Amino acid sequence: MKSTNALRRSYAISKFLTYFALIVGSLIMVFPFLWMFLTSFKTQAESVSIPATFFPSAFRLDGYKKVLENLPFLKLYWNTILLVFFRVVCAIAFSSMAGYAFAKLKFRGKNLLFTVVLMQMSLPSQIFIIPQYQMVAKMGMANTIFALVFPGIVSAFGVFFLRQTYMSIPEEIGEAAYLDGCNQFQTFYKVMFPLTGTSVAALTIFTAVFAYGDLMWPQIVNNDINMFTLSAGLATLRGMDTTNFPMLMAGSLLAMLPMVVLYLIFQRQFVEGIAGTGGK
Amino acid sequence: MKRKLSVAERREENWGWIMVAPTIIGLFVLNIWPFIQTIYTSFCEHLGFGRYKFIGIQNYVDMFSNTEFWKATGNTVWFCVLTVPLGMVLALFVAMLLNTKVKFKGGFRTIFFLPLVCAPAAIAMVWQVIFNGDNGILNQILGTNIQWITNPKTAVLAVAIVSVWSSVGYDAVLLLAGLQNIPKTLYEANSIDGAGKIRQFFTITLPMISPSLFSVLIMRLMASMKVYDLIYMMSDDTNPAMADMQSLLYLFYRSSFVAGDRGYGSAIVIWTVSLILLVTLIQFWGQKKWVTYDI
Repeated sequence: MKSTNALRRSYAISKFLTYFALIVGSLIMVFPFLWMFLTSFKTQAESVSIPATFFPSAFRLDGYKKVLENLPFLKLYWNTILLVFFRVVCAIAFSSMAGYAFAKLKFRGKNLLFTVVLMQMSLPSQIFIIPQYQMVAKMGMANTIFALVFPGIVSAFGVFFLRQTYMSIPEEIGEAAYLDGCNQFQTFYKVMFPLTGTSVAALTIFTAVFAYGDLMWPQIVNNDINMFTLSAGLATLRGMDTTNFPMLMAGSLLAMLPMVVLYLIFQRQFVEGIAGTGGK
Repeated sequence: MKRKLSVAERREENWGWIMVAPTIIGLFVLNIWPFIQTIYTSFCEHLGFGRYKFIGIQNYVDMFSNTEFWKATGNTVWFCVLTVPLGMVLALFVAMLLNTKVKFKGGFRTIFFLPLVCAPAAIAMVWQVIFNGDNGILNQILGTNIQWITNPKTAVLAVAIVSVWSSVGYDAVLLLAGLQNIPKTLYEANSIDGAGKIRQFFTITLPMISPSLFSVLIMRLMASMKVYDLIYMMSDDTNPAMADMQSLLYLFYRSSFVAGDRGYGSAIVIWTVSLILLVTLIQFWGQKKWVTYDI
């Protein structure tokens, strides 16, 4: 039999160890971001000095000036915004319609067609890339926003995910609307679609984060730097002046900043959106 | 067998077809047709400008007799070995810490999850600076003098560390959801029996979250087999360790889009996908031994 004192002590120790582990872990998680931030304001000499200095002697903007000379950042932001916007709109519009139809409507061929959706989901996207690129090239659409959006016009994953959502909505709700004289499509967009807000938000975040970070497709399909996304643009710094740490860090910071800011504002939605979709 | 559909049923069917049409047409154009083409192309030689000549299994013969290819396969498998077990153990550890009564829980979760919303290109960039063998901060912290990224022995390890670092928060959030679903009464009943914490972990926690662990395992394996952007960003063609760190998809990218050999590239991607499917199937078969879906 342990005394209450001993119990209390062991409780305090385990509490301490828990916080200790979490704080050490957090420091490891935060350090690269902190280092990126601090290094971006250093001079070239400071950034490679040994022993390293933690803080820059002054917050200099040389790295930022240099990276803005090398990369058309405004264009990169704009292209990324357009890519994310169109990917999200397509994913939500088409996946909602199909998700609703697969969940709530009876039609011949439904099971076969849904199997196609599942098959696409289980295959890695790289297996489609060469022919997709050739299609874009044949259409003469390389180096356009359309090219960036192209493989994401439909989202098998979105269909699957939203189908689950529509399945969880009780049949009675749709039936009531139907008896009120709505046709299937009106029932869908007037009554059912507005009920899927949380899932649509999750799909939006998931689609946006993925489109934002994707590297291989933009690199392949566009070769004009003015048509790059932030990720692909940043990748061009690879091999260019690799020891100019302040420039590299300034570029990285600028490239990830918009999404990080959105994340810090909508933390809960992001975590639940990305983890809840179970994708990635 | 044929039954006449009522007007209402016919209308419902029409709406069903109309509403899935954009998705199905899209999937045919963007996925099914390209899938067939990739398989076909893997038996062809690319003559340039999208024209192909059928050459049978020559690409596969070339591929299987190429040491660079086997090296890339080995690197990819080695990358999985380095990232998957370690990543899962760390993620479970973090999830268990977050599952206790701690203050600032949401804050910790936000911090661990942060790399998920950052473009991998940006993440790889800062780690490359940290790992830099000549001026990097890591060597200074550890007091070592290792050329992390350009030494063939450590190059894959460096990329693996970045990969684990960036995915641990995501996996932890998934496992945390699994942990929170374990009924508290299970632990209470068990602690009355006088079971220690460690035994509780093995007799209750692990079996109860084995389904979550399984889905994290599958996801992590698939992602690790497909590693590309971290390797692309952390290295370049002048890196002497390139052959020792390039993954299958990196080789695919180089063969198809840098060298322009799309037939050979298609063969590589078919091999990669087959390998992923094989590994996944083995896991689904193996899960019977350790995943418990009902207790």
